[in-house]
Amino acid sequence: MIKIQNLHANIDGKEILKGLNLEVKAGEVHAIMGPNGAGKSTLASVLAGREEFEVTEGSVDFEGTNLLELSTEDRAREGLFLAFQYPVEIPGVSNINFLRTALNEIREHRGQEPVSAKEFMAMVKEKSALVELDAKLANRSVNEGFSGGEKKRNEIFQMAMLEPKLAILDETDSGLDIDALRIVAGGVNTLKSDKNATIVITHYQRLLDYIVPDFVHVLYNGRIVKSGPKELALELEEKGYDWIKAELGE
Amino acid sequence: MSEVIQDSKIAKFQERLTKTTLGINGDVLAAAQNTLATLDFPTTRVERWKYTRVAKIANKTFTAARGSASVLNLPVKDAQTIVFVNGFYDAALSSTEGQAGVTVQPLSANVATEFIGKNLRTDNNVFAALNTVYATDGAYVHISAKTVVEKPIQIVHVLTGDNTIANLRNVIVAEKFSQAEIVQVFLSENATESFANNVTEVFVEENAKLNIEKLQNEAENNFHISNEHVKQAKSSHFTINSITLNGGLVRNELFIDVEGENCDTHLNGTYVLKGSQQVDNYTTVDHLFPHCESNEMYKGVMDENSTAVFNGKVFVRPQAQKINAYQSNGNVLLSDSASVNSKPELEIYADDVKCSHGSTTGQLDEEAIYYLRARGISEKSAKALMVTAFIGDVIDRVENEEVVNYIHEQLHSRFGWDF
Repeated sequence: MIKIQNLHANIDGKEILKGLNLEVKAGEVHAIMGPNGAGKSTLASVLAGREEFEVTEGSVDFEGTNLLELSTEDRAREGLFLAFQYPVEIPGVSNINFLRTALNEIREHRGQEPVSAKEFMAMVKEKSALVELDAKLANRSVNEGFSGGEKKRNEIFQMAMLEPKLAILDETDSGLDIDALRIVAGGVNTLKSDKNATIVITHYQRLLDYIVPDFVHVLYNGRIVKSGPKELALELEEKGYDWIKAELGE
Repeated sequence: MSEVIQDSKIAKFQERLTKTTLGINGDVLAAAQNTLATLDFPTTRVERWKYTRVAKIANKTFTAARGSASVLNLPVKDAQTIVFVNGFYDAALSSTEGQAGVTVQPLSANVATEFIGKNLRTDNNVFAALNTVYATDGAYVHISAKTVVEKPIQIVHVLTGDNTIANLRNVIVAEKFSQAEIVQVFLSENATESFANNVTEVFVEENAKLNIEKLQNEAENNFHISNEHVKQAKSSHFTINSITLNGGLVRNELFIDVEGENCDTHLNGTYVLKGSQQVDNYTTVDHLFPHCESNEMYKGVMDENSTAVFNGKVFVRPQAQKINAYQSNGNVLLSDSASVNSKPELEIYADDVKCSHGSTTGQLDEEAIYYLRARGISEKSAKALMVTAFIGDVIDRVENEEVVNYIHEQLHSRFGWDF
């Protein structure tokens, strides 16, 4: 589904991604772990099209298109979804209004008819239940006054509404208690299918007990330095990132 | 007695204007004429006119010519409507059906003579003085005591033609315990470089409730100056929502004297500009009596090269204890060349009051725009979503649904925004 080759990216002149390679196929769940500053959030931002980052080398093929040539909104319309680590609050813009606009712009891009009000409200009811998000919150302004857990659940609610091909979860588990974690993971698992894929970026192994990955990659110093099955996450948790550094001969 | 000025711009300005035939009180007229003889148009050296260049108006010769209009799209479909074109009453376009206890007539019917000039002081106000000396006509709305007016009263003014000046004078009287809603609409049809110079005097008597929705929608190559002078008597409720949708140079001077205890005053406004429009809002609320509340919220959005001014003054006099006076002004600049001057002023002489003022000016939150784009929303739609949310706060304060729909419709056609 997505093939990242030799990706180099910098911000303010500092190179963060130094030749990252990653391939994710439909139906797969990939976890990316790594110490702080390794480039995890940078990877997410670059894939979503954040303009502050400059891609200096490499390519990203997403379902046959050159992702790096697309604007942020076109990437979303092509089926990319980024669940933000720190979702921003947008006072005055209702969740409902925002989602309907997004859904319709995506549909327009795909040559589909806009969603009817009735169909849309039915979708809202169904999908908000998936992440136990109170219907009342759906009527509020985007993330305004939401707790950390509610914001993260709102991200997954949006994911459920927009049905992306590739979802990138950027430290979705950070700041969540065990109950919120369970609900978020439950939502992600329900949305998983053999037609879509998920990249889970996380610092802690705990989330991976709930969202079980097919592959685990270690991102260190801007590159993927080690890949393995889900057991790698447990080994990493046990031995720490110093183990990786030792392996690399540092 | 000030010196009479020779060769003033204002003298030349008056050359093609005809003195008013309305029955205006002699002293009122004399005072206005004195202003015109001793003052010229304000320059930017006058503090209150620091940000407004009136040269566009001052250097022109306007004529007060009659015109005709078709006014097809009015905000309120079922209202008692009175229409003026270029400051002259248009009987054909007005509806005469009314409710008992409600008078809606043109001033030229020789009415309201005891009210004209009672609220307005023309001493330092050249435009109000011009209006007084050269007023052609305007609406007289008088609601009798205890009358609850069922339908909104719609006062429409249409500016038409080239270099036309319309000196429209309105008088609104709401007697004790009455309740009414007035929609004032300012439009233009095929008008170029024309000027609507409006004065509205409002008398809100004891326990009366009056709402005014004011919509300014003259085309971008025209000018509009409005002087609204309101007096509130005790226990009355007064709300005025000033919605400026268009107009090349617009200046609103709103004065509200709260002359009684237990009053409620609400003044809200929104101004949405593009091109090289300039819209100035000068408001003054004077709390003369205790136990009153005033609430002011003005929000503006400026795009391209447009500019705006907000100057909100609130006075709380020494005897006016237990006053709650809140004022806020928010501005969003959508382009690098848009600008705004925001000057909140509170002059508080009483010591047991709650007063606040706030002014913010900024751009749309970039992080929020990015978030919306990351969900597939185009940058243009993202900005529209955020701008409509921003001014939505003020539009929400308009109670009349038809007026709200009209505002949404106009903003959609002018800016492409959906609400």
